[in-house]
Formats: sequence, structure tokens, C-alpha cells
Amino acid sequence: MFETLSDRLTSVFSSLKGKGRLSEEDIATTAREIRLALLEADVALPVVREFIAHIKERARGEEVSKALNPAQQVIKIVNEELIAVLGGETREIRFAKRPPTVIMLAGLQGSGKTTLAGKLAKWLVAERNTPLLVAADLQRPNAVTQLQVVGERAGTQVFAPQPGNGVGDPVEVARESIEHARRNNHNVVIIDTAGRLGVDDEMMQQAADIRDAVTPDEILFVVDAMIGQDAVNTAQAFLDGVGYDGVVLTKLDGDARGGAALSIRHITGRPIMFASTGEKLEDFDVFHPDRMASRILDM
Amino acid sequence: LSSDQLDEDAWEEIEDTLVTADVGVTAAAQIVESLRTKVKVLGTRTSADIRALLRTELLAQINPELDRVVHTEPRGESPAVVLVVGVNGTGKTTSCGKLARVLVGDGRSVVLGAADTFRAAAADQLETWGGRVGAPVVRRDEGADPASVAFDAVSRGIEDAADAVIVDTAGRLHTKTGLMDELGKVKRVVEKRSQVDEVLLVLDATTGQNGLRQARVFAEVVNITGIVLTKLDGTAKGGIVIQVQRELGVPVKLVGLGEGPDDLAPFDPEGFVDAILEAA
Ligand SMILES: Nc1nc2c(ncn2[C@@H]2O[C@H](COP(=O)(O)OP(=O)(O)OP(=O)(O)O)[C@@H](O)[C@H]2O)c(=O)[nH]1
Ligand SMILES: Nc1nc2c(ncn2[C@@H]2O[C@H](COP(=O)(O)OP(=O)(O)OP(=O)(O)O)[C@@H](O)[C@H]2O)c(=O)[nH]1
Ligand SMILES: [K+]
Ligand SMILES: [Mg+2]
Ligand SMILES: [Mg+2]
Repeated sequence: MFETLSDRLTSVFSSLKGKGRLSEEDIATTAREIRLALLEADVALPVVREFIAHIKERARGEEVSKALNPAQQVIKIVNEELIAVLGGETREIRFAKRPPTVIMLAGLQGSGKTTLAGKLAKWLVAERNTPLLVAADLQRPNAVTQLQVVGERAGTQVFAPQPGNGVGDPVEVARESIEHARRNNHNVVIIDTAGRLGVDDEMMQQAADIRDAVTPDEILFVVDAMIGQDAVNTAQAFLDGVGYDGVVLTKLDGDARGGAALSIRHITGRPIMFASTGEKLEDFDVFHPDRMASRILDM
Repeated sequence: LSSDQLDEDAWEEIEDTLVTADVGVTAAAQIVESLRTKVKVLGTRTSADIRALLRTELLAQINPELDRVVHTEPRGESPAVVLVVGVNGTGKTTSCGKLARVLVGDGRSVVLGAADTFRAAAADQLETWGGRVGAPVVRRDEGADPASVAFDAVSRGIEDAADAVIVDTAGRLHTKTGLMDELGKVKRVVEKRSQVDEVLLVLDATTGQNGLRQARVFAEVVNITGIVLTKLDGTAKGGIVIQVQRELGVPVKLVGLGEGPDDLAPFDPEGFVDAILEAA
């Protein structure tokens, strides 16, 4: 068993003698190995297909036929293409001309939104901002309490006028938070929302209503790096249902290969902005496309 | 399976269906291979026949004969002890609440143990569930030793002559050896007081191939006895459990179908397989 794509392709090409164009058979075998590697890394099937078609195109070209080591050349191409998709325009949080800057978080249940809210707050405080955390998840048991604890750890205030656990209107809370932030000189507002499924129309409408009540400067889609093939459905459902400007990949401290990063970026074109890498509030980083590419390829 | 012609495209379509359900590319290829052999032997031709064979094959993979009983019956005077484990955010605390609800609904008394002393408001969350379903919660301050909270919960269950004790634990990635050691200790300390009847690994249905790695490590550290497959109410199919069951022999026992107290159900192999085939 060859573990890495590099090993596999080296073995595919080992029968090749010297320079020369790859035969269609060589290219097909190469494509199969890349397909396998990407699927094992949880890249979504439709994305794998398009990606492979593109790689095949390049594998037929001169850069491979002229290479001393075609296997390494193909790997290099795959890596480059991955980085190209994952990277593109990486960018930072856009601050509003007129404060407060409003950041809204959305995503599936348990993806890491509330924790991320605390991480963003802590990071913003360190950058001399005065963020306000807003408890607009009034659904999950003790989501409000959780955000209060997180806010305390981050050293920020938490706007939590409603107890939650089914009591209170999240749209109203979000709306009021903007006024509250203005009065109390918070230059950034971070709105934590309930986890929801892509197929839950009612909850998706609620997210859209929160959005319309606060017109966020950034909506961030928070997604677990362990997600499998469903990443495409979910990413698309949130894009259609509430829309988003950027993506945050969480739980990257584990050993998930994180193929979802490629899928989501490919399907939605939205940049991956941050990486969440642990349970503590400082476990947070900007997204590195090159590291992600190596991770997906397991190299 | 649109085509009546058994060409390569049709076989690829079947494999794609399985891959899209997170069955895994190697497992999917094996299933298709074994199906192809059967088709050759049986001389099956129509796509309806193939579909039926695929269904049978998937059911065989899932093995409907496996014992999926959740062991929550008290042993004489002693309450049954259930330990709930898994990576972050899969639905452990919610599943503890839902399971307690089922048992209390059956007229049994349950004690919940809040051995997640790490995550913000984890014990509060379990306490809310306890209030909802009518089960007392044993908890301590944040940062307390999870093993001793678990021990206390089991002791309380024994003192109260409860029927079952369900212990919620903190989410932890299987790659964190320190946290996995801590979990091993929770189980060992509980075992000083009582046998542990069930160790349920909570797997999120949206999880891809990493699910197998999770299961391997949790199985090694705390000897899991069953899987709870959560969030099946979404579009994800949870196909990774096929590999988990095949490799580890640990059956899926329960499924999570929502965030409400009644959204827990026994695993239904046929329903699971049909949901995977829905897309075909
Ligand atoms: N290891 C690890 N755990 C994380 C990370 N981000 C969040 N978590 C954990 O994942 C679990 C879920 O995180 P939350 O922040 O509560 O997720 P959420 O999206 O707010 O969940 P809901 O509000 O229930 O939808 C918690 O145990 C967090 O501590 C991360 O980057 N790495
Ligand atoms: N749709 C859906 N959501 C679920 C299901 N089970 C749990 N959830 C939600 O998933 C999120 C995480 O659930 P928790 O029970 O807090 O997960 P956990 O494993 O205890 O999380 P940590 O303790 O932080 O590791 C919450 O928003 C739950 O309401 C389910 O079966 N379906
Ligand atoms: K489903
Ligand atoms: Mg939350
Ligand atoms: Mg929990």
C-alpha cells in the first residue's frame, strides 16, 4: 500500500523510461491516483471531477513530458492547482466606514461558531478594538451562558438581553445590539447565531431575517474541517439561504485532511479567511492555502 | 441508476452514489466489485435488479443481525452505567439528554453526570436537559477533575437506587493524547465503583473519512460498545459507519434526528440503506 499521492505516482511513473510524452494510459492512471487521493481527503466528488479534468490537461503538456521526473512534476502541478483554488484573494476583515462593523456567524450545529465568536473578539481586542458579542442563539440549551463565559474569557462585553433556551427573538436581539453598540462605543459587533441545517427552511429564513435586520459587513460561514461529501450541499444551502462573504474552517488541530476547503472554495468562490485550531480562544490563525494544500495531499 | 444498459457508466454511477454518501472510495469500489461478480454469476440485466442487489449488498455490509440493544437495564441493585464520548460538537450532551428522556419515559430513574468540566457552560447545558427530561444532574465547578465527577455521578446513582447513570464527557479530538488519557482515566475511575455497561461513541453524520480514525482511537482507549449517529436529519448520509462497523465490529445503535428531546431513534438498517440509495 502506498500511503501518499507522491508515493503512488512515483510508482505509476517508475516504468516510464526517461523523457517523453505521457501516453493516454499513463495519464488515465495518474488521474485515477489523484482522484483516489482527493476523495480520501474528503474533497467532494463533483469538485474532484473538474479538478482532475484540469490536471489531465496540464499533464498532457510539455512541462510534464520534458520533466526529468514526471511524477514529481505532476505532484507539483496538483499542488499548484490546489493552492490556486484555495488561495486566490485572501483577505482580512473589512471594517465599516461608519462603525460598528458587523460580523455575523452562521453554520451547521456544532461547527464552532460560539467558540469562534470568542476567538474573533479576543483577537480584535488585541488589535485595540472594542468588540461586542451578541447572543442571538436563543435555541440551543445554554448557548447564551456559553457565550457569556466565552466573552468573559475574551475580555469583552456580551449583549444578552434574552435568556434563550427557546425564549426571545434572535432577530430582535440582533437589531437592538447595533444600537447598544453605538451607545457604548463598540466598534465591532459579532453576532453568534444558532446552528442550523441547510434543509431547515424556517431556520434559514431566520438567519436571513437576522442578516436583513443588521446588514452585516461580513457574514462568515463556519464549517468543521471533518465534514465529508455533504460539504457541497451545505455550503450551497447557506450561500442560497443567507449568503456569506468568507469561510472559517474549524477543528484543524485534528487529523482530518480537510478536503472540504477545496470543495467549498471551488463551489462558492468565497475566500477561506481563518483557521480555528483548538478549543482555547488563542487557537486561531489566518488561513494558509499552501499548508492546506499539503494537508489535503497528505504531504 | 437511469440506464438499463449495464455499461461502465452505470457501474460508475453506483460507485459515485456510495462515495457521495461518505462510504469511502475504497469501500465503495469493493462493494461495486462484489456486486459485479454477483451480477455476472446471476446473469442479472435490468437496473431494477441491480438496484435490488445493491440494496441487499449494503444491508449485508451493515449487518442487520448485529445486536443493537442499548444496555440500560439495571443489574440487580446497581444502575446501568452509560459513558458518552466523541470529538467536539458531535451531539454528546444532546444525546445524553435524549437518551435520559427515553428511559424516564419508560418509567425509569436516571442520573446524569456532567463530566465535561472543560467547555464553557457544558454542565449548564446538561442541567437544562436534566430539567427538561426529569433527571438530576451531578456536577462540579468548571475545571474539576472529570473522573471524580463521573465517579460521584455513579455513586449518586447507586445511593439513589437509580436505574441508569448517563455520563456526558467533554468533546476531544482523538489525536490529543493527553485528553484521550484523561478519558481512559474517567472510565477506569468509574469502574472502581461500577461496571460500565455501554460506551457510546457519538459520530456526526456529516463527518467524512475522519470518522473511521476517530472510532479506531476511541475504541482503543475506552472500548466503545455502540455508535450514536447524529444529525441524520440533514442531507448527510453517514456512510462512514459502514467502514467503522466493518473494521471494528461496533454497531450503530441509535440515531439523532433533530435537536428536540424526542429526536432519538433506534438505528434502522433498512432506512439507512434506503437513504443512501435515494440519490441513485
Ligand atoms: N478541537 C477543536 N475544537 C473546537 C474548535 N472550535 C470549536 N471547538 C469545539 O467544538 C465544540 C462546538 O463548538 P461551539 O463553538 O459550541 O459550536 P457552535 O457552532 O457554536 O455550536 P451550536 O451553537 O450548537 O451550533 C466545542 O466543544 C468547542 O470547544 C477547534 O478549532 N478545535
Ligand atoms: N440537527 C441536529 N442537531 C443536533 C443533533 N444532535 C445534536 N445536535 C445539535 O448539535 C449541536 C452540538 O450538540 P451538543 O450536544 O452540544 O454536542 P457535544 O458533542 O456535546 O459538544 P461538545 O460537548 O462541545 O463537544 C447543538 O446545537 C445540538 O442541538 C441531531 O441529531 N440533529
Ligand atoms: K440524512
Ligand atoms: Mg453556538
Ligand atoms: Mg457536550
